[in-house]
Amino acid sequence: MSDQNIVMRSATTTPPPHARSHDIPVAKLIDVSKCIGCKACQTACSEWNNLEYTVGTNTGVYDNPHDLEANAWTVMRYFETEAETGPLKGNLDWTIRKDGCMHCAEPGCLKACPSPGAIVKYANGIVDFNSDNCIGCGYCVTGCPFNVPRLSESDHKAYKCTLCSDRVNVGLEPACVKTCPTGAIMFGSKVDMQEQAYERIVDLNERGYVNAGLYDPAGVGGTHVMYVLKDAKNPQNVHLPVDPSISPMVSLWKGLTKPLATFALGAVALGGFLHYVMVGPKDEPVDDDDMDPRVPDPETDPDAIREARREKHESGRAHDTPGRGA
Amino acid sequence: MNLHPPRTTRPGIVRYTWGQRVNHWLTAISFVLLALSGLAFFHPSFFFFTHVLGGPQWSRILHPWVGVFMFVCFLILAIRMWSANRWEANDTQWMKQLDDEVMNRDELMPPIGKYNPGQKLLFYVMVASLVLLLLTGIVIWRSIFGVYFPVPVHRVAVLIHSVTAFVLIAGIIVHIYAAIWVKGSIAAMLRGSVSHAWARHHHPGWYAQMTGRRIEDVRGEPIVDRTRG
Repeated sequence: MSDQNIVMRSATTTPPPHARSHDIPVAKLIDVSKCIGCKACQTACSEWNNLEYTVGTNTGVYDNPHDLEANAWTVMRYFETEAETGPLKGNLDWTIRKDGCMHCAEPGCLKACPSPGAIVKYANGIVDFNSDNCIGCGYCVTGCPFNVPRLSESDHKAYKCTLCSDRVNVGLEPACVKTCPTGAIMFGSKVDMQEQAYERIVDLNERGYVNAGLYDPAGVGGTHVMYVLKDAKNPQNVHLPVDPSISPMVSLWKGLTKPLATFALGAVALGGFLHYVMVGPKDEPVDDDDMDPRVPDPETDPDAIREARREKHESGRAHDTPGRGA
Repeated sequence: MNLHPPRTTRPGIVRYTWGQRVNHWLTAISFVLLALSGLAFFHPSFFFFTHVLGGPQWSRILHPWVGVFMFVCFLILAIRMWSANRWEANDTQWMKQLDDEVMNRDELMPPIGKYNPGQKLLFYVMVASLVLLLLTGIVIWRSIFGVYFPVPVHRVAVLIHSVTAFVLIAGIIVHIYAAIWVKGSIAAMLRGSVSHAWARHHHPGWYAQMTGRRIEDVRGEPIVDRTRG
C-alpha cells in the first residue's frame, strides 16, 4: 500500500505524506431499519480479514460474540424494545445495530496514540491501525468515544475495523457491504451516502417513524460510518453515545498539557543552569579549618579549645568577622 | 564537580549509611528509566527515549514493573527519612528567606536541621506523587489490570498519571540541580560522609546534634533576625 495519502498520523508533529490525498471522502451507511440480523456481515468480515474468534457461551441473547474483540471487528447488537413510533408502535420491536469502528473525522484513538504512525487517517477518511508500530499501551481504547478498539491478549496489539482499507484502496466496497443481502449496508462517497440517507429518512418518516434520522455525530467532526436510525433522537437506545466527542480528559491529556509540560520541564532545567551561571554554587567557606590540615582541630585539640574559649570571652558578643568561629 | 569529599585531618560526619545510599541510587536509577520512558509515551518529541528500555514495546512492558520497583525502593527510603523531614520551628523562617538561600547569602539563614525546608517540601511532593503514580499506574496497566477498570476511569487515571509525573520530574530536576548547586551533596550521597565544615555551614542544627554541641557554638556568628527588621 502506498501511504502517500495520509492526512493524520499519530504522535507526529510534522506533516504526514499526503501528496496523493485528493481522494473523495467515503462513508459506509448502515440502515438499521433494513437490517434483518442475519450476521452475514460478521461472517464476511471474518472471511475477508482472516479472523477467527473463539466460540463463546450463550447468555440468552443473540449477540455473538457478546462484544467486539481483537479478532471480531464487527458485532451485531440486538435490542428488544417496545416501539414508540412507526407501524409497530406499542409492540415488540427488534432493532439490530451493526457495531464497529465509526471512522471519526477527528479520531480520539489517533489523538491519544503515543506511537508515531501506529494510527493513520487516510484522505478518504478511513482510520487505520498500523500494527507494526502499535506498542500495545491501550491509549486508543482510552481515547475512543465509541469504545471500539480491542487489545489482543496474544500479541498485545490493538485491533478494529479497517473499513476494509485494503479493498477500498483498489476500488472495492468493504466486505460487509458486498455481502449484505438486504442492502442495509451501503458504501460510496460520504456526500452520496448522506443523500441516500435523507431519501430513506423521508420514506421512514412517511411510514410513521417520526424520529428517524441520520447518525453522523458532529462532535467528532462527523463519521465515515453513519447510521440511519429509526429513532435518531434516542441513539442511546441502541447503545450509541448521544453527542459523542473526544473526552475533555483526553483533550487535556493529549492537548494543552503536552506542549505546556514539555516547555515547563525545559524551563526548569534551563533555570537551574542559568542560576548556576549567575549565582554560582553554594560552597562551605574554603578557609574553613577543615580545609587546612595545619590548623588544629578545634574539637579535639586542647590548646585550640582553650584558645577558642579565651577568644570568645574577650570578644564577648561582638562578632564582627563573618568567618568561622574557632 | 568534585565528587570526593575534601581531604581533612579528621574523619567526616556520616550523613548516609551504605544502606541508605544503595536505597537512594536504586530509586534514582529506576526513576530515570521511568521518567524517560514515560515522557516517550507523553510527547512524540520524547519518543526516542523508548530506546532506554529496549524499544517502544519493551518500554510499554517494562515501565510498570520498573514503576513498582521504584515504589518499593522509595517506600523504604521514605520510611527511613520520615523523621528527619518533620517540619521544625526554624523551617518557616527559612522559607520566608528563600531569596537569601537562592542568592547564596547563607550567613543570613536560620540554622536548620538535617534537611532544609526545601528538601522537606520536595520530600512531601515525592511521597504524594509516588502514591498517586502507583494508584493511577495500576489502573492504566492494561496487560494486567486492563479489564477491571472502565474507560472513563482510564481517562481520569492517565491524566492524573501524566500531570503527577510532570510535577515529580520537575521536582527531581530541582533535586538534581540542588545537588550540583550545593557542593559536597553528591559526594555525601556517593561516599556517605560530609566534612565538618559542610555540615556546620549547610545544616547547623544537624551538626550540633551530631557533635553534641549547641547551635550558637556551631554557628559561631550571629544569626540575622529578619523578622525584627
